[in-house]
Amino acid sequence: MTTDTTTKSPEAASVPPPGAASAPKRAARGRRRLLTRRDRFTLALMAGVPTVLHVALVWVTALASIALAFTTWDGIGFDSIRWVGLQNFEQLFNDNPQFWPAVQHNIIWFVVLILIPTPLGLFLAVQLDKRIRFSRVYQTAFFLPVVISMACIGFVWQLVYNPDTGLINSLIGANTPGHYIDWIGDPDLNLWAVLVAASWRHTGYMMILYLAGLKGVDPSLREASALDGANEWQTFKNVIFPTLRPTNTVVLVVTIIEALRAFDLVFVFNKGAQGTELLSILVTNNIIGESSRIGYGSAIAVVLLVISLVVIVPYLVATFRKERRS
Amino acid sequence: MSAPTLAAGARKRRAPVRPARVLLHVFLAGTALAWLAPLLWAVFSALRPYGETSDKGYVSWPDTLNLDNFTNAFEQSDMTHYFVNTLLIAVPAVLLTLFLSSMVAFYVSRFDFRLNLALLLVFTAGNLLPQQVIITPLYRLYLLTDLPGITESGKLYDSALGLVLIHVAFQSGFCAFVLSNYMRSLPDELTEAALVDGASVWRLYWQITLPLCKPAMAALATLLSIWIYNDFFWALVLISTGENMPITSALNNLSGQYFTDPNLVAAGALLTAIPTLVVYFALQRQFVSGLTLGANKS
Repeated sequence: MTTDTTTKSPEAASVPPPGAASAPKRAARGRRRLLTRRDRFTLALMAGVPTVLHVALVWVTALASIALAFTTWDGIGFDSIRWVGLQNFEQLFNDNPQFWPAVQHNIIWFVVLILIPTPLGLFLAVQLDKRIRFSRVYQTAFFLPVVISMACIGFVWQLVYNPDTGLINSLIGANTPGHYIDWIGDPDLNLWAVLVAASWRHTGYMMILYLAGLKGVDPSLREASALDGANEWQTFKNVIFPTLRPTNTVVLVVTIIEALRAFDLVFVFNKGAQGTELLSILVTNNIIGESSRIGYGSAIAVVLLVISLVVIVPYLVATFRKERRS
Repeated sequence: MSAPTLAAGARKRRAPVRPARVLLHVFLAGTALAWLAPLLWAVFSALRPYGETSDKGYVSWPDTLNLDNFTNAFEQSDMTHYFVNTLLIAVPAVLLTLFLSSMVAFYVSRFDFRLNLALLLVFTAGNLLPQQVIITPLYRLYLLTDLPGITESGKLYDSALGLVLIHVAFQSGFCAFVLSNYMRSLPDELTEAALVDGASVWRLYWQITLPLCKPAMAALATLLSIWIYNDFFWALVLISTGENMPITSALNNLSGQYFTDPNLVAAGALLTAIPTLVVYFALQRQFVSGLTLGANKS
């Protein structure tokens, strides 16, 4: 049973075995008739309690964010809420010097993650999938950063980047006053420095997803390709990679969401000061900073929400359409 | 099911040493070592006394290597206290998440009610949202919710209960999705027979379905404990008293308050990583299978 779950790709997990499609539905309908009143009550509670909790804390608050985005509120007493229409958004788009850089940095974050650690993770997965010895050891080394908290990763990389005690500056001799390279403080450098750390972690994550995808590739495909005289690269390009499509979809969605969620690492590094602004940081600053501009903070959250939905909705529609068919 | 046997066969017939293989091993070993370099650097720094590194520079041959920084970091910052805080949040949160999401999953996967798919959609989509989308109203909600006598702060804000609730609400979306897929793959005949025999719905869930879900539950439990342990954001915003913070976010405060030298910070950071590393090494298989079972989650 355990090995079964490890080899299952996410797609495989969401698709029930072929042939069993219509039988359970009929059975389920028949089963409903067997339910007593008490059973129905139990069921209502079983589904109801978790749903209320989830909806209240996640969806009601998301909707509240949207509503508050069109108001000003200092957070003290409900009667100070004032409807201001699009004013928050106007201010955000036109007058906030941090907003557009933040949008840009979120985009850069995504582009870097999809262009560097993702192919690298795929490459490592393909190498480790060759059933070589010590595969587990290598796998663990690449995967270790994923297990550690982002905050801790932030601290570890600060040790590497520190201007006068850090590893990099010590190695290149830039650790004497006057010669400092300030990896974390320099607004032209710090985003890239943070992205190195983020990519470091992302690679291992992508590697694991691709390894799971590769395990699901039918071995006979490889054999057929080898018999046809294809070399390793041709086999990968024409046979293996096309079969990884479901994994690629998941990887794309995961990467976009990671780019939108990016927060911990930057916060530990320099609190999102000059050069590393992100939408998530701007929202948070409105809460933990001194200013309590709830409407304004919500407007930033709504921008983040809209961008996320552009990704989440098509993905869910595709996933659930498949489910409904079965 | 020919894949595993084929693989086992291939492994037994040891292939002759090919230059390409050797090259691959050299490449992988080199990359793996480079990959671990930041962590090894942190360990190396943490093992050295501050005085020595400030005299000789950080890239230098060590004269003394000891665990003083670890013990100092641990004692100076009262880490035990923060580890206990984390435990008080993570244990209930993981158990409650699994309990609640398995009930939803059971409902969605075993019964053909019309709104099932919509319900599952609500849970799954909720989990994909960035946390910052909901934090502003949530923060206000937590401040407004008075719980005199129930939490120390008298509110949902600044309490372990508040963190447990948001972890459960947020993570149950992911778990409900994974578990409902898993339950759907279980044979229908089992529950069918029990229901015809007059078993109650609760029995069907508790005594028949849940035991069959053990592998998926184990995988999710591993994953959840690491995620919740590693949480930084919720605690940062929803806890105001440093004393009440779980270890991961506490470290952020501690590094400014108590730690004066980078070696001590390194030791502190590494100490917070130890529990997740232990869980990972002990339950590697569960962790990885959980991650790939629900690859829709970041």
